[in-house]
Amino acid sequence: MRKLALSDEILLNVQQPARYIGGEVNSVMKDPEKVDIRFAMCFPDVYEIGMSHLGIQILYDMFNRRDDVYCERVYSPWTDLDQIMRERKIPLFSIETQMPVRNFDFLGITLQYEMCYTNILQILDLSCIPLHSEERTWEDPIVIGGGPCTYNPEPIAPFFDLFYIGEGEVVYDELLDRYKEAKKQGKSRQEFLEAAAEIPGIYVPAFYDVNYKEDGTIASMVPVNSHAPAVIARQLVGDMTGACYPERPVVPFIRATQDRVVLEIMRGCIRGCRFCQAGMVYRPVRERSADELKRLAYAMLKNTGHEEISLSSLSSSDYTHLEEIVNFLIDEFDGKGVNVSLPSLRIDAFSLDVMSKVQDVKKSSLTFAPEAGSQRLRNVVNKGLTEEDILSGSAEAFRGGWNRVKLYFMLGLPTETVQDMEGIAELSEKVAEVYYDTVPKEERHGKVQVTASTSFFVPKPFTPFQWARMCTKEEFLERAAIVNRKMKEMLNKKSLRYNWHEADVTVLEGVLARGDRRVSAVIEEAYRNGALYDAWSEHFDNNIWMNAFETCGVNPDFYTVRERGLNEIFPWDFIDSGISKEFLKREWENAVNEVVTPNCRARCSGCGVRKYGSGVCFEGEDRQ
Amino acid sequence: MKIRIKFSKQGPVRFIGHLDVMRYFQKVMRRAGVDIRYSEGFSPHQIMSFASPLSVGLTSNGEYMDIEVNSTGSSAEMIKKINDTNVEGIKVLSYRLLLDTAKNAMSQVAAADYCVRVKDEYSSEISPDFPQNFFNFCKNEKIEIIKTTKKGERTVNLSPFIYEVKMPEPDTVFLKLSSGSTVNVKPEQLLTAFFSEKQIEYRPYVFQVEREELYADEDPEGQHRFVPLKEYGQDITDN
Repeated sequence: MRKLALSDEILLNVQQPARYIGGEVNSVMKDPEKVDIRFAMCFPDVYEIGMSHLGIQILYDMFNRRDDVYCERVYSPWTDLDQIMRERKIPLFSIETQMPVRNFDFLGITLQYEMCYTNILQILDLSCIPLHSEERTWEDPIVIGGGPCTYNPEPIAPFFDLFYIGEGEVVYDELLDRYKEAKKQGKSRQEFLEAAAEIPGIYVPAFYDVNYKEDGTIASMVPVNSHAPAVIARQLVGDMTGACYPERPVVPFIRATQDRVVLEIMRGCIRGCRFCQAGMVYRPVRERSADELKRLAYAMLKNTGHEEISLSSLSSSDYTHLEEIVNFLIDEFDGKGVNVSLPSLRIDAFSLDVMSKVQDVKKSSLTFAPEAGSQRLRNVVNKGLTEEDILSGSAEAFRGGWNRVKLYFMLGLPTETVQDMEGIAELSEKVAEVYYDTVPKEERHGKVQVTASTSFFVPKPFTPFQWARMCTKEEFLERAAIVNRKMKEMLNKKSLRYNWHEADVTVLEGVLARGDRRVSAVIEEAYRNGALYDAWSEHFDNNIWMNAFETCGVNPDFYTVRERGLNEIFPWDFIDSGISKEFLKREWENAVNEVVTPNCRARCSGCGVRKYGSGVCFEGEDRQ
Repeated sequence: MKIRIKFSKQGPVRFIGHLDVMRYFQKVMRRAGVDIRYSEGFSPHQIMSFASPLSVGLTSNGEYMDIEVNSTGSSAEMIKKINDTNVEGIKVLSYRLLLDTAKNAMSQVAAADYCVRVKDEYSSEISPDFPQNFFNFCKNEKIEIIKTTKKGERTVNLSPFIYEVKMPEPDTVFLKLSSGSTVNVKPEQLLTAFFSEKQIEYRPYVFQVEREELYADEDPEGQHRFVPLKEYGQDITDN
């Protein structure tokens, strides 16, 4: 039997001990003595969240296909265990072999959202790895970051030895090979970092100097090591169908947030919503073939025993073979003990038909994401959904028996006016009215329920809104109050519900999203003063953060409420995301002028990613 | 067809709670390709019921569940199929056909065997005389505990529900306890009572409690005649 890192005394005194014991179905067991490289793959949040992440499952599978590599998993200990580990000086351990993380060759940390940054420091701290790259030696693992937040890694740059910019499937093999070679030849850690810096997509933050102007903006960012390129090119998979995919994903004992087989049908999005970072940095759209997906569905259900299967992508309705794959899943699996869970689809005759097949109409609700309350503002953000789409889709759904609708909006979008805000309430009201107009009294199952939710807008790097000013906390709450007031004036107010997001945490997310290296001191100070699990509202403590900004002499407003000039050098400008800055500027102008840009299939807008030679950019063309 | 499955739970998986073990087995059935029956209705679920939940931390050599299947291979074949997809620590020990009229395991449970031992790594935290002292304690004719219910507190004597106490090894106390829906006595309750009498703090992690078997009672009003739950089924042979 495997020996556990934690004693029975501890395991019987913490919540969910199963988070820490491993041994799950499909977890990979190898002899650590028989591999050259030990890789600890970390999701810096609690097990149930981390286990739900597809990207880690893909990389875990990919690494472990190599005989010379053993990849294990690491998650943030929950706060109860965190405290015990500090008191008793228990080093953080991997799930599989239960061995200390510090003994690994690599510690890979996936960066999925900004609010996990203090958990990165927790992971390093509990592992007894120095927090700063410059203090580490060969005794410490190489700490490498990847994932969406690496599109601006600067606020956490000092904590990492390397960042991998782009999709993990591409250059990891080369990185691991160079590591093996460096070890074999007895090279220094510095020499290995230099060899790594030469690999496209690998960013070594220590090899760059950032100079600032008097106004606090960046004057220049220059490589100070001859091995480091001035620009880091985002890596991406050319052909998704050939890309590796985990046919035997790990199945947790305890219920993870995503407790199902997930099929990634495509990467990227054709829509070009101007607030959406994923929609930009995963361009171009690349699809997996339907045949490959069908084969994977069988294999993964068989290998996991999951009772549910779902599709994953940024905009599933745009997948070319959606009907084929959805009908296949329903015909093959529905009613045979496997639930088919549909991703959010554009509401039309097809989606309503399949939804009525796999869901209990009375219990499920319909979801629209208009993002903005008026057509004007939807044009600004380039969200193609019209009021007509929403109202006719709702009418059709109401006739089909649904009576619950969810509407998702953002508040604080660039150019937003009171009219736009009130439009959220008015649109919700119109949806409710459609119900009473469409469904005769005798056929109604109670009242219609329209729930509008607003999140607060955070401008992100590599989007047309990267130049935009963000609202203050007070402005956000004022806007929510305007929507709330208008909701109460509506005729069908009893059918309407309105929720809004926390404002404090949004402002902080804004700082971390567009921050520079100077913000790293604030993150460290906040962590030292107890900030942890900031993504969890019950743990987030805004005061710790505000004090940290003050102690470090960093003004959060500089990163949030300032509108940036078109010529300003951004902390993330050293990354070539494939999207040209000219395109982003053009889109920023189009936004302000309320001009809509068509989607990639309707017309190419010349964003720059055609240079990769793959995906939607070449649909219908014969590629050479 | 009704099938009764007996399985063991050993090692690190003792930290998996009962609800998660149930979810685990639902997935095992799918992985192993067991032709299990599903309920009717909008979200069909597997027809599967467990005899008795096992507390987190306990190990067992005698867990039971009943399932219904549409078709089945031989016992040997099914045991192999299921164990091939089981994780380390969970192992099917028997797979037997029940009569269609059989009562389900949960309603049959009347008694359970347990072994209580001190874990090696915590032996310094307790007197070496513990097994003998605990054995003597369980032999008492009056073992009173206070039960808190909605109606308030009341004192219960557990002694009549301890059917057997012995020391098969010098380090092991064996207990046959009343179990199931009528009176369910857990070894943890006896340990709690023991330490509270001695006025020593009870530290549950020091002890490894292992469930060994579950029984039905064929003579509940009289002398008790305990029959292991697996005896109600018959091995399925080839042909």
